[in-house]
Amino acid sequence: MALYSEKVMDHFRNPRNVGSIENASGVGEVGNAKCGDIMKIYLKIEDDIITDVKFETFGCGSAIASSSMATELIKGKPVSEALELSNKAVVEALDGLPAHKVHCSVLAEEAIKAAIEDYYEKTGQTANQ
Amino acid sequence: MTIYADNAGTTKMSRTAIDAMLPFMEEYYGNPSSLHSVGQLVAEKLQKAREEIAACLGCSAQEITFTSGGSEADNQAIISAAKLGEKKGKKHIISTAFEHHAVLHTLEKLKKQGFDIELLPVGPKGTITAEQVKDAIREDTCLVTTMYANNEIGSILPIAEIGRVCHEKGVLFHTDAVQAAGHLKINCKEQNIDMLSLSAHKFHGPKGIGVLYAKKGIVLSNIIEGGAQERGKRGGTENIPAIMGMAAALKEACDHIDENACFVSVLRDMLIEGLKKIPHSALNGDPVNRLPGNVNFCFEGIEGESLLLLLDEKGICASSGSACTSGSLDPSHVLLSIGRPHEIAHGSLRLSLCEYNTEEEVEYMLREIPKAVEYLRNMSPLWKDKVEGRKEFIL
Repeated sequence: MALYSEKVMDHFRNPRNVGSIENASGVGEVGNAKCGDIMKIYLKIEDDIITDVKFETFGCGSAIASSSMATELIKGKPVSEALELSNKAVVEALDGLPAHKVHCSVLAEEAIKAAIEDYYEKTGQTANQ
Repeated sequence: MTIYADNAGTTKMSRTAIDAMLPFMEEYYGNPSSLHSVGQLVAEKLQKAREEIAACLGCSAQEITFTSGGSEADNQAIISAAKLGEKKGKKHIISTAFEHHAVLHTLEKLKKQGFDIELLPVGPKGTITAEQVKDAIREDTCLVTTMYANNEIGSILPIAEIGRVCHEKGVLFHTDAVQAAGHLKINCKEQNIDMLSLSAHKFHGPKGIGVLYAKKGIVLSNIIEGGAQERGKRGGTENIPAIMGMAAALKEACDHIDENACFVSVLRDMLIEGLKKIPHSALNGDPVNRLPGNVNFCFEGIEGESLLLLLDEKGICASSGSACTSGSLDPSHVLLSIGRPHEIAHGSLRLSLCEYNTEEEVEYMLREIPKAVEYLRNMSPLWKDKVEGRKEFIL
């Protein structure tokens, strides 16, 4: 379909890091069923490095592709770097999203931030540390 | 392999329709308004096409106006009736909540001009009764406009009965028959229809051409100003090749209407029975009074656009009423009108069949669709919450 770039279609067809992590260091869920998209990110963090990341997504093709790409972008990275991930970086890595689909990349950014916040809460840290 | 199951969106042109058009591009290129023989030859053919279409609709040739399609016909019908009503101080219009946007947006425009627009609720099956219309008609009602059959969920409305109550009360009755024409029998006189819209590309004719039928005596207002074409009610040189294609396609469809409906409804019912087996799914629309080719389901826990993309990968062309496919934030107003919650409406799939589809194609779809639904459910956190009891199932 010409609506999406080949990159988006690749990540939609073969999404990376689908699933969940038991006893995850942090879990973040954003979106809601009424709006038609929910993203859930699971992080495994060791020594402030994201050693594993998984996602579950209810949503359209670009929501699934954005989740997949976002997990790829933060895997193996320090938490501080993952916190810096912007939706723009996700869009660029996907070779663009149609204008009305950009919110999918925003959700991906927010889901990761929510998962990291959950990690900080669990470990008694704050984002400033 | 491509399985085209989006015939409510548009159809493949029939060979008959294409063959009817070609001579009017190659040979009979004249303008029917010209006095010379090249033009007059086309004028004669145009009149013949008009008569053929009128015969299919149970009306006379003078009651046919050619338009650019269903949307223009809907716009013109409603605006004409509103202007006629306004002259008599009648500014109340009755319609339904699940009309096509060509109707709804025109009504919204009229509302801003001071018209009182009443949209009847369509209930869980997606239909209305003549009784509802009768109860809604007031002294100042100038128009009742209801679709003949719904484009998304396929429900067929009791048009003849609605027309009867309108006539008893002296109110004009328009029907958007875009999904019905060529698929369901139409007789404007017998069904008490004052105005009717149709579009050729929904019955294997060309795109960009349609008809507005308006009963003799109803004065139409122009949407397109111009020359004296269409008795001065629709300016612009007639789209002759398209009109020829439409006339041929409509005649072909009407000649085979019963056999096509029988064949297509068997395929439809196979699909419905097969898809019902998917847990936590539901058929949308009236199970009995239903367009022969329409199948529309909601699958809980997934989103329709991703389902369409997956099916497209498998060669299946379908459509959905999810927000992501409608280009707006809300899912289809039709699914909301029958009471589906947003979450469920996002997970809808419409398969619309025609006589070109086969049993093998249906069997293939019944193998692929459950797999695609399961695949998406397996990555859906919403589905997981329901399966693990954190959220309630709706369907």
